[in-house]
Amino acid sequence: MRIQQVGIAGTLESSDITIHIEPNEGKGIDIELKSTVENQFGRQIRSVIQETLLELGITDAYVRANDKGALDCTIRARMVTAVNRAALGSYSPWEVK
Amino acid sequence: MMRNGVGREIPDNILGIGALRPFEKNMVNGMQKNVQPFKDRQRNSERNRVLDSIEAAVLRTGLKDGMTISFHHHFRNGDFVVNMVMDIIARMGIRDLVLAPSSLSDIHGPLVEHIKNGVIRRIETSGLRGDLAQAISNGLMDIPVVINSHGGRARSIASGELPIDVAFLGVPCCDSYGNANGFSLEHGAISACGSLGYAMVDAKHAKQVVLITDNLVEYPNTPFAIPESQVDYIVVVDSIGDPKGIVSGATRYTSNPKDLLIARCAAGVIEASGYFTDGFSLQTGSGGASLATTRFLREKMIAANIKASFALGGITGQIVDLYEEGLIKRLLDVQSFDLRAVESLKNNRLHQQIDAEYYASFDNKGCAAHQLDVVILSALEIDLDFNVNVITGSDGVIRGASGGHSDTAAGAAAVIIVAPLIRGRMPSILDKVNTVITPGHTVDVLVTDQGIAVNPLRKDLLENLKSAGLPVFSIEELKAKADRIVGKPDPILWEDKIVGLVKYRDGSIIDVIRQVKRKL
Repeated sequence: MRIQQVGIAGTLESSDITIHIEPNEGKGIDIELKSTVENQFGRQIRSVIQETLLELGITDAYVRANDKGALDCTIRARMVTAVNRAALGSYSPWEVK
Repeated sequence: MMRNGVGREIPDNILGIGALRPFEKNMVNGMQKNVQPFKDRQRNSERNRVLDSIEAAVLRTGLKDGMTISFHHHFRNGDFVVNMVMDIIARMGIRDLVLAPSSLSDIHGPLVEHIKNGVIRRIETSGLRGDLAQAISNGLMDIPVVINSHGGRARSIASGELPIDVAFLGVPCCDSYGNANGFSLEHGAISACGSLGYAMVDAKHAKQVVLITDNLVEYPNTPFAIPESQVDYIVVVDSIGDPKGIVSGATRYTSNPKDLLIARCAAGVIEASGYFTDGFSLQTGSGGASLATTRFLREKMIAANIKASFALGGITGQIVDLYEEGLIKRLLDVQSFDLRAVESLKNNRLHQQIDAEYYASFDNKGCAAHQLDVVILSALEIDLDFNVNVITGSDGVIRGASGGHSDTAAGAAAVIIVAPLIRGRMPSILDKVNTVITPGHTVDVLVTDQGIAVNPLRKDLLENLKSAGLPVFSIEELKAKADRIVGKPDPILWEDKIVGLVKYRDGSIIDVIRQVKRKL
C-alpha cells in the first residue's frame, strides 16, 4: 500500500491515540509522537507504529501521533484504520473470513 | 518585709518557695480598671486588635528576614490568603522566609516568583500541585522542600521542632477579639470551610497570630475553633477565597464502573476483615472509589445491624448521610470536604471539630487516628513491599500530598488501599514506588478492579478474606496481570539534585525526591 492522502483515526480521549498519516514520498518513515506517558512508553509506542507500518507494507509515511495512554492493541487498530484512509485501502484484518 | 498594694505586710522571701512578688494596683488610663461598656471597648484603640491592612499587621508582628510564617489549606484551591499575604510581604522587602503552610494547591503558582526573587528560601508543606510543584521538581529551589504528613506537621510544630514566628490564618468568621470559626451559626459565612482543624495548631503554637477575615461578626463569636486568647491581630479584607474552590457543592457518586467495582470489593473486605463489629471505627478518603465504598458499606451495616462508634478525618457528605441515619454515632472532623459536611458540622451536635494534633500527632498523649479500626486510602503507586506513593506522579513530578496517609496507616488496624490496576497506560503496582510516603509494613490490603492482595505480614486478614470467598491474589500476581496488558514502563531518569525530603510522621526522613531528568 502507498500513502496517497491524509488519513486520520482515533480520538483525544484518555486511553486512546490520534493517528494522523500523510504522504512522505521517497523519504521513509517519520514519526512525531506526543504522549502523556512519553518517558515510560515512548520507545514502545514508536516501535508499535513502526511494526504496524511494516506489516502493511508502508515504506514512506509521515505519522503524527497524539497519545493519551493507549494500549498497544489500540495503537495498532488506530494505525490500520488511518493507513486504510490514507492509502484508500480496505485492509481489515479483524473481519470474519 | 514590705507593704503591698493593699497595705498588707508581705515577707521578701519564704524558705522553700523563694522570692515573693508583692501585689500592685494596676491602673488603666488613670482608672482602677476599664469601665467602658464592652461594645465601646472593642472600638477603643488601645484594645482593638483589628488593624487597617495586612501591611500594618506585618509591621506590628515585627516580621523579619529569615523568619518562619505559616498558613492553612482549608480553602483548598479557592484560597486567596497565601498569595495576598506573600505579595504584600514581598513588596515590603522582607526576604529569606521559611514558608510552612499545612498544604499548597494549584492556585499557589504565583509563589514561583517569590522563590526566584529570594522572598521564600525554604518550604515545608504536606502537598504541592500545579506550576509550583512542576517548578520545584525541575530544581527551582536551592534547599529541598520538606513534605510532612498532617500528624507529622502538628507534632513538629507542637514540639518546637518547627517554630512558627507568625501565622497568617484566613478565617470565614471572626469577632473583633479574634474568636474565629470556619462557619457561623447565625451570621452566615460566604467563605465557609467547616472545620479549621489544621489552623488550630498554628493558632495555638505560633509566636504571633494574624487572622484575616472577610466577615467580622458580633462579639462573642461562638462556637469558635480559634479562641481570642491565641490571637494578636485581625485584618478585614474584601475576600479570603473563592467559595467554589473552597468546598465542592456535593461530592458526586461515581459512575465509573472500575471505581464501583473497587468500592464493592473494598466494602466486602471490610465486612470480612474481622473488624466489622458493632461499635467499629472508620475513616474514608474523598476519592471516587473511597466515597463509593461508604455507600456499599451502608447496605452491609443495615443488613447486619452494625453501627460505627465514630468516623474520623476529612468528613464528606457520604459519611454525614450515615451519621444522620444513625449508622455512625459521632464524627471527628479535622477537615470538611464538601458543603454537606460544613452544614453538618454547623447543625449536628455530635459532629465535633478537632485539631490536627488530636487527629494524628505521633507523640502526644493520644490521637484519634490510633483508635481507628478501618481506613480506606488511595494510592498513585504501590510496590511489591506495599510501600505507597501519593506525592509524585508516574513521571516523577510532584503532584500530590502526603496528607494523613501515613498517620492513619500507622494508626488503623486494617488499612485498605484502593487503586485501579491500571490508570491510562500506567500500572499502579511497581517493583519499587518512585517515592515512599507510607511504609509497606503499615499497609494491609490492596483492592484493585482485578483482585485483592494482602500484605504477607497479615496472615489473619489473608485467612479471613480467603474464607469469605473474595478474589485474593499475591501482589506479584496482580502486578503480572497489569504488566501483560500495558507492557513494562521504562524507569524515570533522575538528576542527582534532591528537590524534596519526605518526613515520616515521627520526623524521621523516609525518602528523598530528586529532580526529574529532561530527555532532549
